[in-house]
Amino acid sequence: MAEKATPTLTPPPVPRELERVPLVLNQRGFGWISDRVTAITEGSAPFWWWAAFIPSVLLLGLLGFMLAYQITTGVGVWGNMHPVMWGWDIINFVWWIGIGHAGTLISAILFLLRQRWRTGVNRAAEAMTIFAVMCAGIYPALHVGRVWFDWWLFPFPNSNGPIWPQFRSPLMWDVFAVSTYFTVSVLFWYMGLIPDLAVMRDRAKTKLRQFLYGLFALGWTGSNRHWSNYEKAYLLLAGLSTPLVLSVHSIVSLDFSVSQLPGWHTTIFPPYFVAGAIFSGFGMVLTLLIPLRKICRLEEIITMRHIDVMCKVTLATGSIVGYAYAMEFFVAWYSGSAAEQFHFMNRALGPYQWGWLPMIICNVVVPQLFWFKWFRSNLWAVFIISIIVNVGMWFERFVIIVIGLHRDFLPSNWGYFKPTWVDVCTYLGTFGLFFTLFLLFVRFLPMVAISEVKGVTPQADPHHPLGGAGHVERIPDDNEGATSV
Amino acid sequence: MNGASKPYGVLAEFTTAASIMHAAEKVRDAGYTRWDVFTPFPVHGMDRAMGLKNSKVGWFSFFGGVAGYTTGMLMIWFMNALDYPILVGGKPMFSPFSAFPPSYELTILFGAFGALGGMLFLNRLPRLHHPLLKNRRFALVTHDRFFLVIECSDPKYSEKDTVKLLEEAGSRHIEVVEE
Repeated sequence: MAEKATPTLTPPPVPRELERVPLVLNQRGFGWISDRVTAITEGSAPFWWWAAFIPSVLLLGLLGFMLAYQITTGVGVWGNMHPVMWGWDIINFVWWIGIGHAGTLISAILFLLRQRWRTGVNRAAEAMTIFAVMCAGIYPALHVGRVWFDWWLFPFPNSNGPIWPQFRSPLMWDVFAVSTYFTVSVLFWYMGLIPDLAVMRDRAKTKLRQFLYGLFALGWTGSNRHWSNYEKAYLLLAGLSTPLVLSVHSIVSLDFSVSQLPGWHTTIFPPYFVAGAIFSGFGMVLTLLIPLRKICRLEEIITMRHIDVMCKVTLATGSIVGYAYAMEFFVAWYSGSAAEQFHFMNRALGPYQWGWLPMIICNVVVPQLFWFKWFRSNLWAVFIISIIVNVGMWFERFVIIVIGLHRDFLPSNWGYFKPTWVDVCTYLGTFGLFFTLFLLFVRFLPMVAISEVKGVTPQADPHHPLGGAGHVERIPDDNEGATSV
Repeated sequence: MNGASKPYGVLAEFTTAASIMHAAEKVRDAGYTRWDVFTPFPVHGMDRAMGLKNSKVGWFSFFGGVAGYTTGMLMIWFMNALDYPILVGGKPMFSPFSAFPPSYELTILFGAFGALGGMLFLNRLPRLHHPLLKNRRFALVTHDRFFLVIECSDPKYSEKDTVKLLEEAGSRHIEVVEE
């Protein structure tokens, strides 16, 4: 760096407490970042990768078997039965789609808020989003019963009249919300990947890798004229994804709150669902990244500070979720509605109390440990709490859906829901799909946004001494801007 | 390529973000028009150093969004109120409120396609063949090096003066890239 070590500028000393914690530790160079991030994608796959990949593929096979069984037999193999007609399928749909939300929050909202630490984790979180939405998408597609009519959900011209989808139903809104969410997440992810695919192309040793990475890098050269358009497009996609991610779980919650059912028919659902989604998503990001940063030796890029900040987001969203739980009880009491009051008493004290208690413990009580620095800086504690968070969020959806449905206005209409082995195995199978895709992503694509991380290092800043500032005679004073080219 | 092929431009290598930015300012002030800077990441302030105007991608995204919203509203009105009206629960055949959520999603969907498509269109990508991508040294652009390239098609280009300008700008590796 210091080829002409005659600094003409001496930056004023910064008080120690105001010093910025570097985002990449140990002042690593640009090349080191490329080498370290791509290390896992080069050479033969390490043992741990196979040890994780083979069970994942087996679980994926289980999913394939379960899907074939359900499609050929019918959804009667599920535990869904009157009056609980939404069971594990919708619980798992909402759960998976909620997990996806942290990826978009990190990639879009934190980008708009200029949280530069996001660069270390955004790629993996976005991948998590895409794979989680894929897992989620399986459930409504199957829930319709006749999978071969799924295309009726989309407004295709057809020879049946033509009969069109009925857009006054929130379920149709959901189709548009989830499919848009998936598509835009893929676009955003892919656009972020283009410069990094060029990194992979330029490092590739074999012809096949050169060809494939070169094909998907679209001929990226790192031209500044390109970067200029690219950064604008990235900003726009972040700006578009922000209202998108807030709308997706809002619309999912409208599936419930537009109905007349006690416990579902409430205005608190959209913000409450979004907060819960981000809460569970950060739980999943932590679950995935804590082992990965260790195994892939990325501790200097995904630092303890990243973990700390993500724990704080989990704490904040978990507290919002806890507030929403309390507010639901308050509103039930304050509304004076007997059905509403009965529903919430039934939640806490009814036959499904075993579902309500873990929800409260996992989502409201346990995340409060993140107030203490010891828990935020102990990786085992963070890892375990992050899993507890997602267990709790699964129970939240169970509480909303099953407890909401099993006792409505008419006692003669009451029932008790039990899942079947098909429900359980399908759910396990979606983990197979998720982890298979995630491990393939880790092995074949850069799991940290290389060019973005380079861009937040001090030596990337032309006005920073490490970026070379002060090593040239002429200090730029004529930045009077754009003369057209 | 063999020596008989014609040159594409002069490639100058730099090692720091500051040095490439000052070089870009020099080239801008010298009045070149067909030149570019290549960096492993977007260098903050480089657009101004190169004299670039604000990107036009926003317009693509904007018109995408407008098209998405219009498509959503018109589609739902046509399908549920005109082509095959079905009365459901006494609700109006078309209401902008129930049509809003799908239209909102389509606004975002088309706007996102506009942003990505606009970026690719303005950058003339995908481009799977580029003279610079054949250059071995240039492969370091995605690693840790910074390059400045002045094309031969620039009206002010003359090999001697251009190389001299880049040397003065502080580059320690300059070569002519073949087409």
